[in-house]
Amino acid sequence: MVQVETHDQSPERSGQPAAPHGGEGHGGHGEDLSFWRKYVFSVDHKVIGIQYTITGFLFLFFGFCLMLLMRWELAHPGQPLPVIGGLLGASRMPGGVMLPEFYNQLGAMHGTIMVFLGVVPLAFGGFGNYVVPLQIGAPDMAFPRLNMMSYWVYFVGGLIMLASFFAPGGSAQSGWTSYPPLAIINPTGQTVWLIGMVFLITSSLLGSVNFITTIVQLRAPGLTWMRLPFFVWSQLVTAFLLLLAFPPLEAASVMQLMDRVGGTSFFLPSGLVVGGAVLSKVSGGGSPILWQHLFWFLAHPEVYVLILPALGIVAEIVANNTRKPLWGYKSMVYSVLAIGFLSFIVWAHHMFLTGMGTVMNTFFQTTTMIISIPSVIILTCLVLSLWGGAIRFTVPMLFALAFLPMFGIGGLTGLPLGLSAADIQLHDTYYVIGHFHYVVAPGTIFALFAGIYYWFPKATGRKMSTWLGHLHFWPSFVCMNLIFFPMFIQGLHGMQRRLWDGGASYEHAQSTLYLHELIMVAAWTMAVFQLPFVFNFFWSMWKGKKVGDNPWHATTIEWQAPSPPPHGNFAHALAVHRGPYEYSVPGAAEDFTPQTAPAGATGPGGPAGPGAEPVPAE
Amino acid sequence: MSSAIPYTVEPRPDTGLNNVKIGIWLFLASEVMLFGALFASYILLRVGAPTWPHGREYLDVPLATINTLVLISSSVTMVMAWASLMRKQFGRFRLFMGGTVLLGFVFLCIKYVEYTTKFHHHLFPSSNTFLAIYFTLTGLHALHVIGGMVVNSYLWFSGGKMWRKHPQQFTNRVEAAGLFWHFVDLVWIFLFPVLYLL
Repeated sequence: MVQVETHDQSPERSGQPAAPHGGEGHGGHGEDLSFWRKYVFSVDHKVIGIQYTITGFLFLFFGFCLMLLMRWELAHPGQPLPVIGGLLGASRMPGGVMLPEFYNQLGAMHGTIMVFLGVVPLAFGGFGNYVVPLQIGAPDMAFPRLNMMSYWVYFVGGLIMLASFFAPGGSAQSGWTSYPPLAIINPTGQTVWLIGMVFLITSSLLGSVNFITTIVQLRAPGLTWMRLPFFVWSQLVTAFLLLLAFPPLEAASVMQLMDRVGGTSFFLPSGLVVGGAVLSKVSGGGSPILWQHLFWFLAHPEVYVLILPALGIVAEIVANNTRKPLWGYKSMVYSVLAIGFLSFIVWAHHMFLTGMGTVMNTFFQTTTMIISIPSVIILTCLVLSLWGGAIRFTVPMLFALAFLPMFGIGGLTGLPLGLSAADIQLHDTYYVIGHFHYVVAPGTIFALFAGIYYWFPKATGRKMSTWLGHLHFWPSFVCMNLIFFPMFIQGLHGMQRRLWDGGASYEHAQSTLYLHELIMVAAWTMAVFQLPFVFNFFWSMWKGKKVGDNPWHATTIEWQAPSPPPHGNFAHALAVHRGPYEYSVPGAAEDFTPQTAPAGATGPGGPAGPGAEPVPAE
Repeated sequence: MSSAIPYTVEPRPDTGLNNVKIGIWLFLASEVMLFGALFASYILLRVGAPTWPHGREYLDVPLATINTLVLISSSVTMVMAWASLMRKQFGRFRLFMGGTVLLGFVFLCIKYVEYTTKFHHHLFPSSNTFLAIYFTLTGLHALHVIGGMVVNSYLWFSGGKMWRKHPQQFTNRVEAAGLFWHFVDLVWIFLFPVLYLL
């Protein structure tokens, strides 16, 4: 039976005969499922999407907590952290004072967790799983059981990563980049990290195969490529990046695992001196630079994996809240495709300092400059979309509006890093940290918050509290800038990253040391102002204001499904007749025309449109 | 609207493909990147090394030649298995699929002999970079062979039930498994000259 929990008056839905669920070749999609099959080992893309979302947020929060500990240490090197410091044990923080080894562990795990366990699962696994099949009018993903497997492989990979903190000698401590030779001679935690990575890569692989197949095959009739919402395009390109960029890191992880466990020397050069003695037990002949190439061949496309879904979310929200079509939709689509291709040939701009030679440097700085063009086109289109719009300052729109300039800052500060001459000065300083955090923290994470506020009514049938949303947004917005902007100043003064004492022992860092205190206070303050979000999320799930199927008066197809959508998503067959953003069409009765509205209709013709006359079922 | 997922068996008119075929080709694309990265690493390490041994100094070329023939034959039987299903001859499918699994097993046995001979001569992955890349590449390839054999055995054992109920879907599955098996074969066609002959 179609379980409609909203108060929808659409006649053909209530009169619809029972839709047969649980088709063949689609195991476990029946209605009478046990608790375990329905909520835990579910094959429904919506449940899996929510599982990814909540797990992703938990990891984001955990990774954020690691950073809070590091920030205390940077602002007060060598001083005991009150209360919490004593709880972490003598092997990590004896007497509440952080050991340098533990600082390195926190740094490596903060990066790993935020990227591989937080943002990607949330943006791709969470939003992608929940929204993409709905936006293309599909009943589910193409391979539901593969989808479930992808989540659980990710989950196990996450547990392995967490367990690495309890390995002898602690967790990985060679940064999220796991650079050899240090990564090979470090304690056991690094092996656990590699095994965890193999799981996470496998999970991404399963997910990306599923996403591409779904988007190619399961689009509703009439939903041609240029009628796809920009969010679907961004997820499609993201899936291709994961599909093709991750395997080289899997290969590299296998080789590093062999180096650590099998005694090979893929990444260990001959005659390596460690602690004053030549490393004698290895055959040598390997190349640490090889790891860097393989790692960044993944990790630069990974940057776009982090940002493209965010751009997709922002595009949906901007179009909806300006009540006008996206400016330059086609340019945005071509740009996102161009980014996808180009992101595979820019990786070595992370390696200007390895001495690759000027020819290689010139090639990679040229491609890097070229890839900034499509990125700027997308951002410019989004900004120009605001022009002349009747902007509704809803909570998702506030986050989306904040995203635009802050992502802009992150992107533009990246240009000097892409030029080898400037990068020699800025490499490995806090400037780099400021740059990429502006892209992923006030950039991507703000977009993810925007997406939560935007699609929450679809997933639950209830709206999140606006007041709490404001209480979450404004302080987070201020704190994000207070945290990351001072890093540009520190970096331009030459303060190095990855230093346990925050540069206190360096002469040239002295003039900007005072900023550590400001950053720490802002970070801890921001932590406090995430509580309204956590409360809002769970409170609104049960107590939020009930809303109809299309509370934002949006045009895209997911809003034609009941909220929350039942198994199989749509109560009736869909046909798509128009592009994704037909807002404020001249002559239309309402300021939005759903994609399913028949050609010639000038009002919201879909069954979910408020005040619309019922239309005959397709 | 039924919640059954469309195009699991029949092709979508505008793409001309069913979901399974797109899925397996995407998976193979990622596999190309996996082995591509390993081959690229091999090239980089070899170019950077002062000296590099000839494969025949360490490895048994005649044995590997036999293994190459075994794996190519298994690809042929795999195609015949699929072709038998297309001709609705399930008995012949059983025969050819069984042959494919058996040849895969023979390949692994010969590989086992090769590996143990190396270990008896105290040649390990840690001995030098050539052997490191030899063991890593062939080991990863052997894992793929095992994976393919597991799938093929599953299709051989439990195929009859599905064949009676959904012959087209079963044929599609055999085709997808076949594509994977040919890919594994193809990787070996690259591995053999790169490691043994060059």
